[in-house]
Amino acid sequence: MLDWLYSVWPALEVSVNHLSLQPPGWGGNLLRGAWASLQIAVGAFLLGLVIGTFGALGKLNGGPVARDLLAVYTTVVRAVPELILILILYYAGTDLLNQALRAMGYRPVEISGVVAGIAVLGVVQGAYATEVLRGAIQSVPRGQIEAARAFGMGAVLTFRRVTFPAMLPLALPGLSNLWLIATKDTALLAIVGFSELTLETRQAAGATRAYFTFFLAAGALYLLMTLVSGRVFGWIEARYRRGQVAP
Amino acid sequence: MSSTMNPALRRIADEVLVPHRLVMVAVAIGVVIWAAMSMRWHWIPRYSDLAIQGIWRTLWLLGLSVLIGFTLAVPLGLAQAAGPRFLAAPARAFCTVIRGTPLLLQLWLIYFGLGSLFPQFPWIRESELWPYLRQAWPYALLALSLSFAGYEGEVMRGAFKSVPHGQLEAARSMGMSRFAILRRIWLPQALQRALPTLGGETVLQMKATPLVATITVIDIYAVASRVRQDTFIIYEPLLLLALIYMVIAGMIALAFKLLERHFNRGIVV
Amino acid sequence: MKKLALMATAAFLAASGMAAADQVRVGIAAEPYPPFASPDAAGNWVGWEIEIIDAICEAAGLDCVLTPTAWDGIIPALISGRIDTIMASMSITEDRLQTIDFSEPYYNTPTAIVGRRDMDIEPTPEGLAGLVLGVQVATIHQTYAQTYFEGATELRPYQTQDEANQDLAAGRIDATQADSLAMEDFLETPEGQCCEIKGFVANDPAILGRGAGAGVRKGDDELREAINAGIAAILENGVYDEITARYFATSIYGN
Repeated sequence: MLDWLYSVWPALEVSVNHLSLQPPGWGGNLLRGAWASLQIAVGAFLLGLVIGTFGALGKLNGGPVARDLLAVYTTVVRAVPELILILILYYAGTDLLNQALRAMGYRPVEISGVVAGIAVLGVVQGAYATEVLRGAIQSVPRGQIEAARAFGMGAVLTFRRVTFPAMLPLALPGLSNLWLIATKDTALLAIVGFSELTLETRQAAGATRAYFTFFLAAGALYLLMTLVSGRVFGWIEARYRRGQVAP
Repeated sequence: MSSTMNPALRRIADEVLVPHRLVMVAVAIGVVIWAAMSMRWHWIPRYSDLAIQGIWRTLWLLGLSVLIGFTLAVPLGLAQAAGPRFLAAPARAFCTVIRGTPLLLQLWLIYFGLGSLFPQFPWIRESELWPYLRQAWPYALLALSLSFAGYEGEVMRGAFKSVPHGQLEAARSMGMSRFAILRRIWLPQALQRALPTLGGETVLQMKATPLVATITVIDIYAVASRVRQDTFIIYEPLLLLALIYMVIAGMIALAFKLLERHFNRGIVV
Repeated sequence: MKKLALMATAAFLAASGMAAADQVRVGIAAEPYPPFASPDAAGNWVGWEIEIIDAICEAAGLDCVLTPTAWDGIIPALISGRIDTIMASMSITEDRLQTIDFSEPYYNTPTAIVGRRDMDIEPTPEGLAGLVLGVQVATIHQTYAQTYFEGATELRPYQTQDEANQDLAAGRIDATQADSLAMEDFLETPEGQCCEIKGFVANDPAILGRGAGAGVRKGDDELREAINAGIAAILENGVYDEITARYFATSIYGN
C-alpha cells in the first residue's frame, strides 16, 4: 500500500526518506534534538518551581525590601521578551560567573549548553511561577493555616504539611500552562545556537532544502509533547482533586 | 493636612515616601546615572532613524496582528462554545495545534516552508500577489495573527461559556434573534470578562514580535542586532532594547486599564 | 542552610562539566555552510574547514573540541569565554581586529554576487540599484552591502546563508552576495540551477578583509602563536593541499 502511495505522490517518498531514523535520514537527529529540548524543558520547569516557591513565599511573608525586589524581578521578566532575556542572561551569566571564579582564584568553568539553557529558561520560568504559586498559596483558606499554628506547628512544618498540599491543586492549571511555555520556549534557544529540536530541524532543512517536511515533522513532535503533557497534568490534577468538589 | 490631600497624591505619598522605597529609588537613579556615564552609548545618534523605523514596525505588526487575530478568535471561540460538531471540532483542532507548537516554528514553516514550494510553481511570479509574496512582513503578520487567534480562541471560548446562561435564555424567550442576542448580550459580556486576560495576552504577543527578525523583518530587535554586529558592543543595545519593550508593555497595560474602565461602567463587581 | 547552598552550587558546577586545563573549544557556526562546515545526518560535522581544524590542532598539539555556536553571537561568545577560538570562515577585517585578535589567514576567496539566470545584473552599486539583495548577518558581505549598496538596493539580512539561498531560489530576492566558493557549492545543487555567479564585487580590503583566520581573544598570544604554527605546519607538509584537493579544483589559500 505504501508503494502505491509513493507512486501516486512521489514527493512523499523523498520526505519519508528524509525523516528516516538512520543516516542519511535526519530523523535520528530530530529525535536527539527533541530529547535535548525535553531535558532543558524539565530542568527549566523544576528550577522555575524552586525559584517560584521562594519568590512566592518572599512576596507573601518577606520584608518590604524583599517584596519590592521580587516585584521588580517579576515585572521585568514578564515585560521583556524571552529572546532578549535569554541573550542577556546567556552572555552576562557566563561572563559574571567566570569573572567571579577568576576573582576567587578558580579556573573558569565551561557551562554545557544544556545547563546554560536550563539556567536561563529557569530564571524566566521562575518569575511566572512566582505569580502562579503566590495566587495559589493566597487561595488556601486561612483557617487551615491558623489551625496549624494553633497546634504549634512551625513555619516549615506548616508549609510542608498544610499549605503545600492544599495549594497544589489550585496551582496545577497555572503550572501546566507554565510547562507548555517551557517546552515551547526551548525553541528560542535555537537562536542562540543550542542544539535542540528547532535548531536540528533548521540544520536538517538547510542541508536538504526540504524545509516544509522538516518543519512539519518538528511541529508534529512538539504537538506530541504538548498532548502527552496535557494528559499527564490532567491525570495529576484528577488525582490531587480526589474528594474535592469539581470546579 | 493629609486628609485634605488629593487621594491620588495621598497614595503616591503613602507608597513612595517610605524610607525603604526612597532608598531603592535613590539606588535605581544611581544605577541609571552610572550606566549612562560608564557604558558606551555613542551609537545611539547614528542609529536613531533606523530605531524609530524599527519601533514603528514593531508597533504596527503588534497592533494589526492583535486586531486580525482577535477578529478570527471570536468566531473560533463561538464555534467551540455554541457551535455544531462540524464547526467546533476544526476550531478546537486549530487552537490545539497553534497552542501546542512554538511560534518560531510556525513562523519558519510559513515563511521558509511556503518559500520552498515557490520554485515548483513558476507562474506564481507572474501573479498579482507576487510583490506581497516576495516581502517578509505579510508572512510575519500572518503567523502572528494566526498565533493570536489560536490563543484567544481558547480565551473567548471560556469567556462565552462564562456568561450566565439565564440571560441568553431570557433573551431567547423574548424573541430576540440569535444574531441580536450575540450582538447585544453575549458578545459584550464575554468581551468584558475576557478583557483582563486579553491585556495579558497582548503583552505576550508583544514579547513574541522579536521573532520576526529571523525572517528578515526589520523590527526594533533587528535594529538592536544590527547595532551589536556593527559595533561589537554586547550589552548596551540589549539593555536599551529591554527598556523599550518595558515601556511598550506599560503602554499596553495602561490602554487595557482604560478599556476595562470603559467596559465596566455600571457593572457591580 | 548556607552549607547546603554551597554544596548544591558546587555539585551543580561539577555536574555542568569543568573544562580540562588545556582543552581548546573551537567555535564553529551552528548553521550549515557547505562545503566548509555542515552537519551530516548522523550529527557529525563535516567539510573542508572541519578537516583543516582537525589538521591544525593535530599539528599544533592542541586538544580541540568543536563547539557549534550561533553565528551572530560567536564573537560575544569568544569574548565572554564560552569558546577559546573562532574558526568559522571569519574574515580578518579592521573592524573585528579592534575587538579580537586573529591568526594568519588560512584561506582567502573572492566575494561574488549570485543572481537569477534570467536577470542581467552587474556586481556594482548601479547594477544592483532597485533590486533586492540578500546577505547573511554579521558578515563582511553585510558590511560591504551596507557601505556600498544600501539606499538604492533593498537589503534583506538573513540569519544563515542557506536561508538567503533558499529565498534566492524562491525568487524573493534578486541576488545575494557571499563567498564565491560557498556559492559554487550551492549552484551545483538542484535548487541552485536557477542562478549563476554574476561577477565579483570591487575589492575593499578594509571591509572584505584579507582572508579567513582563526579569531582569538585580545592578548591570547599563546593560542594565536600555536594556531599560526599549526597553519604553517600543514601548509608545509602538504596536508593542506591534500585536504583542499578533496573539495576544490584549485588551491584556496589565496596568495
